Amino acid sequence: MSQTNSTVGIPRIERCFAALKAQNRPALVSYLTAGDPNPEASQRLLDGLPDTGVDIIELGMPFSDPMADGPAIQKAALRALEAGQTQVKTLSMVKRFREKNRDTPIVLMGYYNPIYRYGVERFLADAAEAGVDGLIVVDIPPEHDDELCTPAARHGIDFIRLATPTTDAKRLPRVLESASGFIYYVSVAGVTGVGAATPETIKRAVDTLKRHTTLPVAVGFGIRTPEQAATIGRFSDAVVVGSALVDCIERARTADEAVESVHGLARELAQSVRRCREEQAVS
Amino acid sequence: MNQFVTPSPLLPDAQGLFGSFGGRFVAETLMPLILSLQEEYDSAKQDPDFQRELAYFQSDYVGRPSPLYFAERLTEHFGGAKIYLKREELNHTGAHKINNCIGQVLLAKRMGKKRIIAETGAGMHGVATATVAARFGLDCVVYMGSTDIERQQPNVFRMKLLGAEVIPVTSGTGTLKDAMNEALRDWVTNIDDTFYIIGTVAGPHPYPAMVRDFQAVIGHETRRQMQEKEGRLPGSLIACIGGGSNAMGLFHPFLSDESVQMIGVEAGGKGVATGQHAASLNGGTPGVLHGNRTYLLQDEDGQIIDAHSISAGLDYPGIGPEHAWLHEQGRVEYVSATDDEALEAFQICCREEGIIPALETAHALAEVAKRAPTLPRDHLMVVNLSGRGDKDMMSVAHYLGDKFQ
Repeated sequence: MSQTNSTVGIPRIERCFAALKAQNRPALVSYLTAGDPNPEASQRLLDGLPDTGVDIIELGMPFSDPMADGPAIQKAALRALEAGQTQVKTLSMVKRFREKNRDTPIVLMGYYNPIYRYGVERFLADAAEAGVDGLIVVDIPPEHDDELCTPAARHGIDFIRLATPTTDAKRLPRVLESASGFIYYVSVAGVTGVGAATPETIKRAVDTLKRHTTLPVAVGFGIRTPEQAATIGRFSDAVVVGSALVDCIERARTADEAVESVHGLARELAQSVRRCREEQAVS
Repeated sequence: MNQFVTPSPLLPDAQGLFGSFGGRFVAETLMPLILSLQEEYDSAKQDPDFQRELAYFQSDYVGRPSPLYFAERLTEHFGGAKIYLKREELNHTGAHKINNCIGQVLLAKRMGKKRIIAETGAGMHGVATATVAARFGLDCVVYMGSTDIERQQPNVFRMKLLGAEVIPVTSGTGTLKDAMNEALRDWVTNIDDTFYIIGTVAGPHPYPAMVRDFQAVIGHETRRQMQEKEGRLPGSLIACIGGGSNAMGLFHPFLSDESVQMIGVEAGGKGVATGQHAASLNGGTPGVLHGNRTYLLQDEDGQIIDAHSISAGLDYPGIGPEHAWLHEQGRVEYVSATDDEALEAFQICCREEGIIPALETAHALAEVAKRAPTLPRDHLMVVNLSGRGDKDMMSVAHYLGDKFQ
């Protein structure tokens, strides 16, 4: 990937996908909750992700009432909040990460209330300054674009829209209208980390999306293993792995073990994603 | 204070907003469901058959109209305002909750849904939901916080008898807000066959307006009954508020009557100043939770703080968005009553009127105790007796230090 920094003016997410397209491989997107299992280990986890081969980092902003998340990410949010994580700390994590890394896009993911409480304008200004590239805010549909999506654009922050199995042909244009960065296809109707759709079903949905948008399409929800990541990566522009990484933290007995285990799985996923289209070409 | 404002029958707007409150802050997966629910509700409202069916079940199954009862002994006891009780506790299942459940289950049937889910705090909404699900032969799953299951055992048993599956929610603090999170997670997972019956005037649009409309039967009857008994409008209306459905049902038909004062009573817990309460308007700030913008109990970082109340039904860190709007407009006065004040009023109602109110309702009665003595004898005061207290026997015995055999 290019070594020049964001001052070239092309948004980091766009640059990342352009570079990967040239390499004919999908992006690996990782999700971790900021502050999980504690602020210090979480910073180490974040800082080490690019070296494992992760292309885009989703960093969860913990919320007390994560109603779109399954048990794994619910518990991650609780661990982070109990360890004292706040919105301010999450933004400074990004800032510290950016001191060493100018290329890997960071997308903050979470729920609206902590942003609303922080103050939308202040949050966007601070996020842009810290080096945040995009936002995924689960509970703001396009009907409420003026709340955060439109203001984010003014700060040069992409607003990544979710498309789901319930997003039908009638609704899709509405979802795509104000989207930027990439489209996140939620492959199962449900919460994070529970259940998975068949690759055939997902491929059909991705193909439909790609007929309607030029934005890259990422697929998430229910992807846990390097094999699954490879399967999905053959036809999507990015694969998102969240709960499986977060589970590594829950299972670890110490913070060091958590860091090692998360980075280990990320490395395996990255290798698998890098090879997935070669294998296809050979077979 | 109570200044006149344009009544809100025109609200919410197309985005489901009451001023800046309300809206549809939900995950994309739920948006198509919420939009189709809204469409269906809009068409049902205009459909005479739906209205006829609703009226039939309200009268023959729920037992409406509920009496507007002159509480002579309470009036004497407080020595001021003439107190009327709107006897919602006499409805089938013992609270106002069934008014809404009957309406929503008829919509569910209309939409061809086979499975009903609900959240419940005190269990009254859970019981009402289990009841209508049984009546219409639908599967029913009720999410209930594990803390609430412990303090509302009789209602848990009632739901099970009615054929519902009661799922204990241990996430968070195991109370109403966590039950609502879990119900939303269920809904987003079972989109095809499931109808979510929300129990209060909160949640994403159209729920706040829809639940309000189904509960407004309380206020419409009160208006008519008061005309018959006294030939004039009431001077004040008092109701307790958790999410605020019984209060909204009583208040809404009177919003444009300038002379009618309205007082909503939040759960003050151990006192609003202690931080241990459920008074979102008196002790909270605006935020976004469970699909709507409203006043919430939250910390500086936007994390939701647990509510505290002796009453499981009021133990919720938010409030319906229309109440938030009416609060900011100054049309309704929102006060609070502490656990102790509610317990005191609870006992007065038992002894003076032979009516055991729900602990939720006792909060409204606590405000009556403060206000009625200061008002003239020709002031007509209506209290929404929103539920009966049988379910609270164990808690009350515990708080009063009695052994309950």
